[in-house]
Amino acid sequence: MPADDLTPSASLTAKREAAVAALADVPREPGAKKPDPILVADDVKRHFGGLLAVDVDHVEIQRGSITALIGPNGAGKTTFFNLLTGFDRANSGSWSFNGRSLHGTPPFKVARAGMVRTFQLTKALSKLTVIQNMRLGATGQRGESFWRAMLPFTWRAQETAITERAEELLARFKLDTKRDDFAGSLSGGQRKLLEMARALMVEPELVMLDEPMAGVNPALTQSLLQHVSNLREQGMTVLFVEHDMDMVRDIADWVVVMGQGKILAEGPPETVMSDHKVIDAYLGAHHDQSLAELEQELEAGTLTEEEPAAAETGDGR
Amino acid sequence: MDWGNILELSLRELVGVQAIVFALAAIGINVQFGYTGLLNFGQAAFAAVGGYGVAVIVTTYGWSFWLGLVVAVAAAVVLALLLGVPTLRLRADYLAIVTIAASEIVRLVGRSAWGRDVFGGSDGITGFSSAFYDLNPFTEPLELGPFEFRERVLWVLAVGWALVAICTLVVWLLMRSPWGRVLKAIREDEDAVRSLGKNVYAYKMQSLVIGGVMGAFAGIVYSLFQGAMQPDVYATNFTFFAYAILILGGAATVFGPVLGAAIIWFSFQFIDLALRGAIGEGYIPDWLMDSNDTGAVRFMLTGVVLVLLLVFRPQGILGDRREIALDAR
Repeated sequence: MPADDLTPSASLTAKREAAVAALADVPREPGAKKPDPILVADDVKRHFGGLLAVDVDHVEIQRGSITALIGPNGAGKTTFFNLLTGFDRANSGSWSFNGRSLHGTPPFKVARAGMVRTFQLTKALSKLTVIQNMRLGATGQRGESFWRAMLPFTWRAQETAITERAEELLARFKLDTKRDDFAGSLSGGQRKLLEMARALMVEPELVMLDEPMAGVNPALTQSLLQHVSNLREQGMTVLFVEHDMDMVRDIADWVVVMGQGKILAEGPPETVMSDHKVIDAYLGAHHDQSLAELEQELEAGTLTEEEPAAAETGDGR
Repeated sequence: MDWGNILELSLRELVGVQAIVFALAAIGINVQFGYTGLLNFGQAAFAAVGGYGVAVIVTTYGWSFWLGLVVAVAAAVVLALLLGVPTLRLRADYLAIVTIAASEIVRLVGRSAWGRDVFGGSDGITGFSSAFYDLNPFTEPLELGPFEFRERVLWVLAVGWALVAICTLVVWLLMRSPWGRVLKAIREDEDAVRSLGKNVYAYKMQSLVIGGVMGAFAGIVYSLFQGAMQPDVYATNFTFFAYAILILGGAATVFGPVLGAAIIWFSFQFIDLALRGAIGEGYIPDWLMDSNDTGAVRFMLTGVVLVLLLVFRPQGILGDRREIALDAR
């Protein structure tokens, strides 16, 4: 196991404590101002016909922190992601990254600006090998211009440097043994790792992960979480979408809750998680229970008594 | 049956002008479809534009042959931009629809009475190839064993195969470069490529233009060989022959289109002559088919071979089976 993989907990807490400390005085309310925001979005709206899928008044993402964007299915998390990264067009609103407005910027320019995303449905490039996937991620490649492509001596040195960097990343993500395999032959979890590693080849400042833990077995989830928190250790900012609160608790410094396209709540994980209104209304009153447990409760007659209380706090749903 | 003669005539087709023309067209489609995943169903239009470029400039306007070549290539670039600008931002199927329509538009405008003064109507244009044959360095026929090539054909073959070699070399160089890597990645998933900071639209456009220019080369070679530019040569079946050739040889392989073209035209000739021979000798009864049917039957047999190929070797002759296996996942 490479030394830089699982960072010693001392330095991990140092970075984490810094991020938590920076956010300590931020009010726990939707649209709260952050001390050093890397991403600021205002009044972002997206309609799909009559449905207002995203309606975000104001949100800021703190630099150097891990921010989780949570909410139930259909809350507009992925749509909001798509808007911010240029994959979808907002009906109105503005947002800026590092003070630079990104409204109407095409996706490839967003990525070049230092804001790189992954996808909920993993997009490994099947018929490219793992190392080719990685090389593709590097930006500013001379050999990617048509005329210079035919003159290998103009890009070979850069290609070697890119390959070295790619191999280091592959080793860190434990994909080095798969170097020359087709990406399509990897398992689902390995594809997630590859996609994350490939995004890092762009050398982003802000990494946006769309459900990085979706469809991954529990053992790999831990390793993925470790990789996500390592991104903060390396000075990157992470914004990730997740609907499972338990995943969020361990690594996120700040949690933004979305529901029905709006930002409902913000705060450190403990605060948001202990906010029963949020949990009950938007993740369901029994989100952390299995169906078997619910059945037992139903039989015991305790379930029905909780239900009206939860429904009332539903903020006009 | 004279098997020696049949084989000799078939082998001529293996390296013949038809093989060159369709190899060039298929190399272009290989860049677009094989590597980038762009469904260009209008390669015939690019070939027609190439042929018309030379013919119109030289015969209609009486300008120089070299200007004709420049105009032919420029026209293919313009056509690619014209087709690409509105469609390349959309899904792949839109390009397919637009290109197949465009290829018919080019052909129908070319053969229309309205454009007769410029494009020569359905008879096409002749009398533009003399400048090309004036350059012919071959002064006497070449004899290679049983084969004899006349000077004129020899010159077309030399220029044609040189073009095929150059195009193949360009594709080989491009596809092992980072540029080619972006193209292949776009074929797999263009959103992933966008998310990595690549201007997908520009790459698709470059791919469409390069493939289109190679298609124009095909049209130029063919019309120079024929000494005539006839619009009906460039109907949609021209495009689909080129696709069949590409799939036979192996899409996304450097030599696939060349091999496919040589094999297809060899097989056409071989099947045709063998059937004629068999009919002549009475091996095939009259009620089943006569010598007028051989043209159709050779296409049927070729179709059967292609179907069998797709079932048992979907990656084509030169393709990598492992890549096809990934699609099944």
